[in-house]
Amino acid sequence: MATLAFIVADGIIYASWLLIVAVGMTLVYGVMRILNVAHGSLYALGAYTAATMVGAWFQRGYVPLGSFGVLLAAALVVGVVMGLILELGLLRFLYGRDEVVVVLATYATFLILEDVIQLIWGVEARPAPQPYSLLGTTSVGPLVLNNYDLSLVALALVVGGISWWGLTRTVAGKVLLAVIFDREMAEACGINVRRVFRVTFLFGSVLGALGGAYTAPMISVSRGLGVDVIVLSFAVVVVGGLGSIPGALLGATVIGLSRACAVHLLPQAEVFAIYLIMTLVLIVRPYGLLGRQRLRKI
Amino acid sequence: MVGKPDRTVVGLAIAFVVFVSAGFFLPSWAVSLVIVSLARGLVALGLLVQFRAGLVSFGQALFFGVGGYAVGLASVKLRVTDVVLLLLVGAAAATVLGAALGFLMRRYREIFFAMLSLAFSMLFYGLLVKTETLGSTDGFNIATPTLFGSRFSAPITRTLLHALTVTVAAGTAAGVHWYLGTTLGRLATALRDNEVRVEYLGYSAARAIHGQYILGAALAGGAGALTAMAVGHIDPSMAYWTTSGELVFVTILSGTGSVFAPFLGSLVFGLIQTFALQYASQIWQMLLGAALLLIILFFPGGLWSSFERRRVQA
Amino acid sequence: MTEPAVPVLEVRELTKLFGQVVAAHDLDVTIVGEEVVSIIGANGAGKTTFVNMITGYARPTSGAIRFRGQNLVGLGPRAITRLGVCRSFQVPQVFSTMTVLENLLIAHGLAHSDRGSVLDALVTPDRLDACDALLHTYQIDAYRDRPAAIVPQGVRKLVDIAMATVREAALLFLDEPTSGISSEEKFAIMDIVMSALTQRKTTVVFIEHDIDIVKRYGTRVLAFHEGRILADGAPVDVLTDPRVRAHVTGRVGRA
Repeated sequence: MATLAFIVADGIIYASWLLIVAVGMTLVYGVMRILNVAHGSLYALGAYTAATMVGAWFQRGYVPLGSFGVLLAAALVVGVVMGLILELGLLRFLYGRDEVVVVLATYATFLILEDVIQLIWGVEARPAPQPYSLLGTTSVGPLVLNNYDLSLVALALVVGGISWWGLTRTVAGKVLLAVIFDREMAEACGINVRRVFRVTFLFGSVLGALGGAYTAPMISVSRGLGVDVIVLSFAVVVVGGLGSIPGALLGATVIGLSRACAVHLLPQAEVFAIYLIMTLVLIVRPYGLLGRQRLRKI
Repeated sequence: MVGKPDRTVVGLAIAFVVFVSAGFFLPSWAVSLVIVSLARGLVALGLLVQFRAGLVSFGQALFFGVGGYAVGLASVKLRVTDVVLLLLVGAAAATVLGAALGFLMRRYREIFFAMLSLAFSMLFYGLLVKTETLGSTDGFNIATPTLFGSRFSAPITRTLLHALTVTVAAGTAAGVHWYLGTTLGRLATALRDNEVRVEYLGYSAARAIHGQYILGAALAGGAGALTAMAVGHIDPSMAYWTTSGELVFVTILSGTGSVFAPFLGSLVFGLIQTFALQYASQIWQMLLGAALLLIILFFPGGLWSSFERRRVQA
Repeated sequence: MTEPAVPVLEVRELTKLFGQVVAAHDLDVTIVGEEVVSIIGANGAGKTTFVNMITGYARPTSGAIRFRGQNLVGLGPRAITRLGVCRSFQVPQVFSTMTVLENLLIAHGLAHSDRGSVLDALVTPDRLDACDALLHTYQIDAYRDRPAAIVPQGVRKLVDIAMATVREAALLFLDEPTSGISSEEKFAIMDIVMSALTQRKTTVVFIEHDIDIVKRYGTRVLAFHEGRILADGAPVDVLTDPRVRAHVTGRVGRA
């Protein structure tokens, strides 16, 4: 019974982390049809920047709780700056190209950014654990949960909620949906698709950076951070359905819980389980659990 | 039929002689480099054929890893040590897997083909990385292979392995060259352009793609086997997605114009990588990424023409 | 006393429903050898659906389709093509990055793949001769080495049709062979196509909007309207039928 509680708790926390990272990626794909491998770099940049800024914050002895603001600020800055650089400097030259070609271009960008990160921050780890212990703990039965982890869950719900609400209940969201459904028609209706792309990509980048920034205090910020994240992100996004935000939520939950089951019940299957789900979903429902089939235009 | 010798075959024969001879003169680091590069070229050759059909596999590392681990297991568990036998084991294991997975892969296209191939490779990686008996993330070493029952010294074994690799490379290049001249081989480009039309001309697109997938698997498996024997060590990174990425990368850089391209490109890549890692290891990946971007952005016609679909305005 | 020949195509009670939409309602058609049948009807009348069902692109909801006595329902485009039923498309389906010649070479190579010979070389002297002859028949020799994507629309149509005829099919469907082609060229193209086909004794069924083309080349006309066949007979009879005048030709003028 206690194991079940551990599994659920671990699963939800892991799923929350996955969700924050994956929402940005799936949104960018849905609107722009770009599967951004460099999303992993945004995550890493967010983590490193946050770690550095938090480290400096605590060194100067500022108000500890303010470090949360620092984390969010780091995510915002990295997301906006990198988002603009990538969109203006590269992506806008690739609209209309074959999807797989664009993936390769973002993969190339990922390679470049990996070295950029290493040049700036070197090879040592950058720990920033201070915020992690600031919020105390909560006891639920046999579980002792760190409130920072719980705040991550809250953040994920907020991110997911805002994204979903923004997409379905606001005019701007409807505009985005129109572009997702049929880019040409949206353009014909007078929608500035290029601007929609830019805004979407910025939003997605901020989310990617947020994933890294907010989890920096939980992990060891070191080399190769983005490499694992990106392929996990793929798994979540593919399972949920490329372009679907509820899908990202479902995918994150399914994968998060499965991984937690594996970790507690069959540790050798930890990595295997995640990709088994990805494979099964691709075989049985290629467009994802909540994805929409794109009709072939003849 | 005019009996003019095929230029490519002649070129391959010359290259074969040159490279095998070079194996006796080059320093050991260079010989190892050639073996690993030509092996990588084998995988790229398989990717080249798939590129022509408009398909990119992000999971060739699966077969590369299967080839390597098959060699490892055969060597350690079954006490197989003959170099040719090990090569065949690696290639066969990968081919069988490719044939089986091909039934699924043949129904997928574009990004889904890429994603599913990635998923399969990560599945294998996940299996390897947590399996204690296979050494988990560290992998394990394999003994020096033998030939005709005799174990030779390390330099001689290396030269023999080199000769074997060059033979396999030249042979498969010739084979693929022949294949690309057949109706089935030329069908690849037709499939990329218009699959519906191919079906209406009476041929199964899925069957053609399945065949190409098996070819890619066999080549990658053989490459994994050769690499494992050359390096003497196998570990899960052989099956990680970054390995698949590097393989796709080399294929693009080499271009898809002829069967020489993957091997030449891989040799150049290997040379640059060796020197870059020595003198500029912090910007090596950056240089790779920049090169790839330049090709994508500025040479869309040349290297891409045999791969990227063009949207035709009716 | 000779036995009546098996009809080339028999369609019985053919029905197709797309949800609530009845695209084909209880269609009954018999076509014997060497007819040249033209299908007319307004857009959405069910002409292309009819052709799609026979060529395996769409599955009928109910009914029977027989080609020379052989059932076609449930077979896909590949099998149906190999049996001898070929088609060309309203939007020409060609291999855009390959040259016109290469398009024909592939079609020719695949036409002979029944005997497992896809592993023969694609470019052989015999095949080149055959394809060059085909280019000449359709009078598109000048475009031999141009990529199919950049040749004029009319030429692309001819390439599509030429590919469909490589198999020397017994039954050939042409979906709007002259649509998108200028009025001056229509007759020239149809002359070329029809003379090539009648020489080979192919049974031809073509969908057309241009009534002048229908009058000139068809020996029989099927008039479609809302999934049903209004009239079926000689052009002079069908085209003067008041129902056809009301629902079809009244709306469909020249070009």
